[in-house]
Amino acid sequence: MRDATCRSLIALYRDKPFVFLTGDLGFRALEPLRDAMGPRFINAGVAEQNMVSVAAGIAKAGEQCWVYSIAPFIYARPFEQIRNDICLHGFDVKLVGNGGGYAYGSMGSTHHALEDYGALLTLQNIHAFIPAFADDVSPIIRRMSESRHPGYLRLGRCEKPASLRLPAYAAWRCLIDGAAGVAIVVGPIAGSLIETALRRAPTERPGIWVLSELPLSGGVPAALLDQLARDPRLVVVEEHAAHGSAGHLVAAELLSAGMSLASFRHFCAKGYPSGAYGSQAFHRKESGLEPETILNSLTASATAR
Amino acid sequence: MTKFPGGYRGRVTPVPIPNTEVKPATADGTACAGVWESRSLPGLIHSPLVIDERAFFFSAAPHWLRATVACTLPTRMTARSFAEQLKRAKRRLVRMHYESGIGHLGGNLSALDAVLLLHLEIMTADDAFVLSKGHAAGALYIALWATGKLGDVDLDQFHRDGSRLSGHPAGGWHPDIPFGTGSLGHGLGLASGLALGKQLRGERGTVYCLLSDGECEEGSTWETVLFCAHHRLSNVAVLIDANGLQGFGTTTEIASLEPIADKLRGFGVQVDEIPGHDPVALRAALTAEGRGPRFLVLRTRKGHGISFMEDRVDSHYLPLDAAQYELALREIDAT
Repeated sequence: MRDATCRSLIALYRDKPFVFLTGDLGFRALEPLRDAMGPRFINAGVAEQNMVSVAAGIAKAGEQCWVYSIAPFIYARPFEQIRNDICLHGFDVKLVGNGGGYAYGSMGSTHHALEDYGALLTLQNIHAFIPAFADDVSPIIRRMSESRHPGYLRLGRCEKPASLRLPAYAAWRCLIDGAAGVAIVVGPIAGSLIETALRRAPTERPGIWVLSELPLSGGVPAALLDQLARDPRLVVVEEHAAHGSAGHLVAAELLSAGMSLASFRHFCAKGYPSGAYGSQAFHRKESGLEPETILNSLTASATAR
Repeated sequence: MTKFPGGYRGRVTPVPIPNTEVKPATADGTACAGVWESRSLPGLIHSPLVIDERAFFFSAAPHWLRATVACTLPTRMTARSFAEQLKRAKRRLVRMHYESGIGHLGGNLSALDAVLLLHLEIMTADDAFVLSKGHAAGALYIALWATGKLGDVDLDQFHRDGSRLSGHPAGGWHPDIPFGTGSLGHGLGLASGLALGKQLRGERGTVYCLLSDGECEEGSTWETVLFCAHHRLSNVAVLIDANGLQGFGTTTEIASLEPIADKLRGFGVQVDEIPGHDPVALRAALTAEGRGPRFLVLRTRKGHGISFMEDRVDSHYLPLDAAQYELALREIDAT
């Protein structure tokens, strides 16, 4: 998604100039953006706290400011600067974190971002955008740019199945139908889940929805509520810790809407349960985030019913 | 060219305000806090306007009149008149804190001279002030009061329920408080970003930022020193209130900062050390020409001007009791 981000930002810059700060990251990815932006592309160095405060100051001067680093470095190290300098003021600053969840795999736990959007969504004014596919990046960047509020863009590695035709981007999208409950998925893991689900008959797979924007400003779509009313089995899947997760937000929203579920499972990042480290796939497996495991949980709950 | 005060035009200032580089040709169309309409010449005021702190004028007058009068305040005063302004401001500061039952006076008194001078004499409508040491909010509010941008009715709400004048300033409600601050180590980055943004937009003006010396223990402060030196942010002026005391001891005991000027010079920025309670030295330093970001290390005294508070750690926190308040006022009046 980094390349899609670079292309989308170049296109945006041509329409609506902004200032871009990077914390010394973007090698072999952001060079075209740097060349397109000239002095408005600033490598702020390995100093994320300063970078975020500077971004807030630039926004105060009247310029939209995009700030880039890998995901753990953009939200955790400068968290107080995001809270005090950006969010309390509601400044027009967009944070871009590359490699959400376990995407940096064997690079180690310091490079994982398992609680990024949950932590950020505790702050005022900010919205999180989690593209599931590279194709989502451009419309999301446009949406973020049009908003004057702080935003967080969590990037990952696109896992879209080649055969999947995507509808136009929306915060909520139903991507495949199914008769075995409902799955709501956040982030690129949606691609792998859909790819596995497509190998099953519609009666053996859930309807799969992709959720890409948090918090749930518009609630839960009526079509999704209708599906759950017919078959009240739900799983929420995300490469993020449980606390502050989309799963918790969805559960609270459904309860507020008076929805009663027959079963609810939350597949999320469990951290490092074995104490061992490895690839993104390794960590997903340790957290029970394998597609087969997730899909089987719904058929198992159907059997239990 | 008219010789009425507001009639000096074409970057000529009525008295030697040296910041002519960022001085607009006229005041028309520039912002006067509280009003945003174009305004005409203030003129025909031949002596500094004195507004007694006990008077109700600013608080009771209509908003437009308060603002208009505020705009007629002289932009330049003699050293003697500044001394009178400082005394008046110090009285009002102490009263505001006493009536609110709030401490933090020590660091306000060490910073007040510089903050007041900046707002009364140095800054233009193009400039901005960032209070990084947010616990000196009182000094900032008093400086805005002294320039007619806050009234007594505002100061009376300091630290009260429903007030905008919190103990550390909130941002976004007053044009002369660009950022909310209070957690140390943020203001210099904010100021540098604002200055860089101004440069990118081709805008004039200097961004002044006041740090505490204890704040220089924050790593983020040094991140920003490196940044603004590297980017040669010539429109940033940083003042460090070096009163030598912090929350739980002296800066020497806790984390030796000295020689702070030499440390800063190592980053390649211009540094001057000046006595922070000497208005002549302050004025000269704040108006001197310089290249790149400028750092002024203000040698100050915590609790300055009140004998039982000077150079005492407890002046960082403790509020005044009634007897201390009366004594403080007497000492201020005697200066």
